[in-house]
Amino acid sequence: MTGRGFLPALPALILLFVFFLFPVVRMLGFSLEGGTLDWYAKALGEQLYLRVFWNTFEIALLVTFFCLLLGYPLGFLMATTTPFWATVGFIFVLLPLWTSVLVRTYAWMVLLGRNGVFNRTLMEAGITTDPIPMLHNFTGVLIGMVHVLLPYMVLPIYGAVRKVDPAIPAAAAGLGASSFAIFRRIYLPLTLNGIFAGSVLVFVLSLGFFITPALLGGGRVMMIAVLIEQQVREALNWPFAAALSAVLLVFTFAVYAMAQRFTRSEAEAAR
Amino acid sequence: MRTPPSRRLLVIACGLIYFFLMLPLLVVFPISLSSAPYMQFPPPGLSWQWYERYLDDPQWIDATWRSLYIGAATAIFALALGVPLAFALVRGRFFGRVLIDRLALAPVIVPTIILSVAVYGLFAKLKLIGTWYGLVIAHTVLALPFVVLVIVAGLRDFDRSLEQAAEGLGASRWRTLSRVTLPLLRPSLVSAGLLAFISSFDEVVVALFLAGANMTLPKKMFDNILMEIDPTIAAVSVMQILLVSVVLVLIGRFGRGLKDSAR
Repeated sequence: MTGRGFLPALPALILLFVFFLFPVVRMLGFSLEGGTLDWYAKALGEQLYLRVFWNTFEIALLVTFFCLLLGYPLGFLMATTTPFWATVGFIFVLLPLWTSVLVRTYAWMVLLGRNGVFNRTLMEAGITTDPIPMLHNFTGVLIGMVHVLLPYMVLPIYGAVRKVDPAIPAAAAGLGASSFAIFRRIYLPLTLNGIFAGSVLVFVLSLGFFITPALLGGGRVMMIAVLIEQQVREALNWPFAAALSAVLLVFTFAVYAMAQRFTRSEAEAAR
Repeated sequence: MRTPPSRRLLVIACGLIYFFLMLPLLVVFPISLSSAPYMQFPPPGLSWQWYERYLDDPQWIDATWRSLYIGAATAIFALALGVPLAFALVRGRFFGRVLIDRLALAPVIVPTIILSVAVYGLFAKLKLIGTWYGLVIAHTVLALPFVVLVIVAGLRDFDRSLEQAAEGLGASRWRTLSRVTLPLLRPSLVSAGLLAFISSFDEVVVALFLAGANMTLPKKMFDNILMEIDPTIAAVSVMQILLVSVVLVLIGRFGRGLKDSAR
């Protein structure tokens, strides 16, 4: 570390080394206990735990898909409307984003429970006679996670749509292109970067999600993060928790690395 | 000009999606004012009973105070470490700068559960579980990326000719920093500090592992949600929403816009 102006970084670096890098590396080291890869073989070899990984991926993919489906229209509208409505839109996206995940998870429990708002409404309307299970299962976790992660999709897409020169779609409309053609031939290709950035962010955040699956899953929806917590707190099985953490970390970094390569080659292609 | 039908469809769809986004907030307010003795929606009548129960319960009040001062200490600590780091990253010219930049942002990329378990393991050895300063240290690691991002963005837009003018007029480097640079950076400093505060005040996962018997507000809420659905939690939620709104208004008024920092 030679050169100018390094000294001011030192205190923060010490903190990051002692209380971030060191503990993480130390814990990951537990997974190699006894000098074997047995704990990794258990994590990636046993049916039970493979299912948890598969579950986590499935949920992360579905959450990303639904966030994109709901986030694109929102980002698009906010980027193409008047400044006043854009500000209103921003408030409605940022307010839930800054509300504690716990508060929102609690509200979903109230809404989705057996005697919750949705089921009561459905039964009073005579649509069903028995409550539909929406809580403590896959559906509940999915709804809760989409709600928490949606803003992370909306903001990059908003940024991407803002960058599209409004003269291009206007010209296309003047030449008689339909709205759908304008979307498919102009907006979609020009906002791919935003779609990609938002999707990677939501996917990676979903992989390591803990609170929502722990509360809305009710112990029946197992995701990696919940499994790690159980191994540490209930089973006291540090080596196994460490191996699971290492696998989760590798997946997380792999997705980021792929994303970076993609955006770089995209940027090179654009030149 | 007439609104084309596709645009109208978009507006309707977005209305529904906004409804989905706001739905949890819309539910929490009426429940917190419910007069029913248990969770019921819509509430049969109005009362302040859940707010009273929150204010009369020393456990809730304790947890609230603890979260407030841990949040404040985290903000101060994160600024004290993060601002010099941001200066080094933007203005320094040294080997390994890119690597340090990555490291400073890593705590937001590494899943929080991994950080929590790792720090829990270390703190158990150091006997730091259940101490307020242990939580402040861990929360500072998590808040550092926010501070660095906001201050780096502020420094990138900074007009350095103002500093050069001060130094040309004979001001010492320290005087230039304290009288020119930092006052001009104030909006970024305010945003960074408030973001660090909220990130700690709302934080659950690390607190779940490190707080021990000394509950923070989010940990107490998590335990309560897990045990029973008691409307007291709705009253706590409403107060938390109001506090965060106040902080957001403060950022909007005195801070640098979040939109500017996102660049």
